[in-house]
Amino acid sequence: MSRGTSATPLGRVRGLGSAHHGGEHWLSERVTSIALLLLGTWLMASLLLLPNLDQRTLVEWLHGASGAVPMALFVVVGFKHALDGVKVVVDDYVHEEGSRFVWNVLLLFLAVGGASLALFALARIAFGAVA
Amino acid sequence: MAVSILHRATGVALSFAGLAILTWWLMAIAGGTDAFATFTKAATHPIGLVVLVGLTWSFFQHLLSGIRHLVMDTGAAFELGVNKTFAILTIVGSVLLTALLWFYLLGVAK
Repeated sequence: MSRGTSATPLGRVRGLGSAHHGGEHWLSERVTSIALLLLGTWLMASLLLLPNLDQRTLVEWLHGASGAVPMALFVVVGFKHALDGVKVVVDDYVHEEGSRFVWNVLLLFLAVGGASLALFALARIAFGAVA
Repeated sequence: MAVSILHRATGVALSFAGLAILTWWLMAIAGGTDAFATFTKAATHPIGLVVLVGLTWSFFQHLLSGIRHLVMDTGAAFELGVNKTFAILTIVGSVLLTALLWFYLLGVAK
């Protein structure tokens, strides 16, 4: 199907509009939000079901795959969704192209850096490197 | 309209303060007893508690108004009455869920 001739509005914006991008961002924000609906519910339920929130209890919880895997997903999807969302705010309020670019790069670095720190800490717990 | 700007404000709060605290919390769990004690001290300080209660409210508000936005993405719930009721329900829901969560957490912690 050639550009701009898609039958549906969604099809037209998925890389086929005049900007050739933007639809993916809109979709990514929604897909990550649905994932976070599930992961966020899991996180709240898990915290409530733990007997307490001591370090020992939390290490035990995040040491097993049933704790570590959803937590890793929550970190990755959470940072991605935050980046998608904050980008909308930047695009709305920062009008000058140059500063908009700088803001978006800074936020990308912040998100990737933060997610990496969180995942490294989680890996230490999951792989038993915590005393 | 108020709920729409709340969605953005709570989203920004969760993106910066929320994810920073989540990362700090994981690093504190991984860091051992001393690191975790520092986190607990900050988290149970009155200011820390206000921040955490604010963030859990932001979490529930953003989650509920996010569901509202997903429903509206399908083209539904644009009728004035339905739309307003839905908006008010997100606020009632988020306050209620925050209260329940902290009532439970503080009851168990001590």
